[in-house]
Amino acid sequence: MSSLKYFTNGLLKENPTFVLVLGTCPTLAVTTAAFNGIGMGLATTFVLVFSNMFIALLKNYIPDKVRIAAFIVIIATFVTIVDLLMKAFVPDIYKTLGIFIPLIVVNCIILGRAEAFAQKNEVKSSILDGLGMGIGFTLAITLMGSIREILGSGSIFNIPILAENTKTILLFILPPGAFFTFGYMIAIFNRFKAKYKF
Amino acid sequence: MAKLESSLKNMILCLLLMSIVMSAALGFVYVITKKPIEETSKKAEIDAVKNVLPAFDNDPTTDVKNIDGLFYYLAKKGDEVVGCAVKTYTNKGFAGHFEIMVGFKPDGTIYKTAVLDQKETPGLGDKMKTKWRDQFNEKNPSSYKLNVKKDGGDVDAITASTITSRAFCDAVTRAYDGFMKNISNTIKK
Repeated sequence: MSSLKYFTNGLLKENPTFVLVLGTCPTLAVTTAAFNGIGMGLATTFVLVFSNMFIALLKNYIPDKVRIAAFIVIIATFVTIVDLLMKAFVPDIYKTLGIFIPLIVVNCIILGRAEAFAQKNEVKSSILDGLGMGIGFTLAITLMGSIREILGSGSIFNIPILAENTKTILLFILPPGAFFTFGYMIAIFNRFKAKYKF
Repeated sequence: MAKLESSLKNMILCLLLMSIVMSAALGFVYVITKKPIEETSKKAEIDAVKNVLPAFDNDPTTDVKNIDGLFYYLAKKGDEVVGCAVKTYTNKGFAGHFEIMVGFKPDGTIYKTAVLDQKETPGLGDKMKTKWRDQFNEKNPSSYKLNVKKDGGDVDAITASTITSRAFCDAVTRAYDGFMKNISNTIKK
């Protein structure tokens, strides 16, 4: 595989949200608005790139039997760094994402990529893999956020697109709407995947 | 290089070293973000006060009174008190607890209100963040009954969110009572 392949892998072929179905907790919980999707996605991407990089760097120094503990230490460190940085510099996004930032620590995309990829591969390809997976996740949850925001609040990225007082489908910004959107998105994604064989 | 063997010594050393290095890194980030975090939270507090009171020129966050769980911010222009912002709460919301800020003029008239922290149903209860709140502006609770019309008061409830509207009135009432009891008599008229 050429190194670009590692990057594009996460975008479509092994999209973490729609194909691997990892990290569904934040996918369902924060996608009430498109902007939340971008914030959550970028925070996850940051953690993913750095944890993949460090795990690939240190893989020979981590004894197999304590590897999960060691991975969690690395991941938790970067999550706390993101948490502090967001609190300091983007307090508005931090307020809406709230508890889901610390919870990136248990997001299975990150531990999953550490186990399945970074501990077996070179630093460069691990960084590209983290970047690809992160951007794939960001695109997927931003798309879900946009759909739910348009249907549920009649706006996109907080810009109203419907006249004031238009009735919107409230269900879509409530928790059940997350499951509806997620289910339909996976179905549509699989349909395209079968048709174009990517 | 071959992978380190999983011997007790290696495992302890690996985790120990890693924890030490990572703690140091976190300590460093904590130190550099400490000041910006304090500044943003202070700015957010001042902005909340600004939203509910007429223009003032002191820093109301330096002299905050905390009485019975309510926070009182006195705003002054020169030496004259222009109003008092009260951070108040209710536990009667549809999703339980929420917090609002109410600005009072020295005579007890409500200047403006703002919603701080809430988890009410999106699209229903959280309409209290919209123009709905404007009906409280310039009303004095001594003559304006802080109850929804259904309960014999003067407040128009949000359609389909009577519980939230009642809770909002409850929070404003709590702020007004606290303000009259603790603050009003200390302001020179």
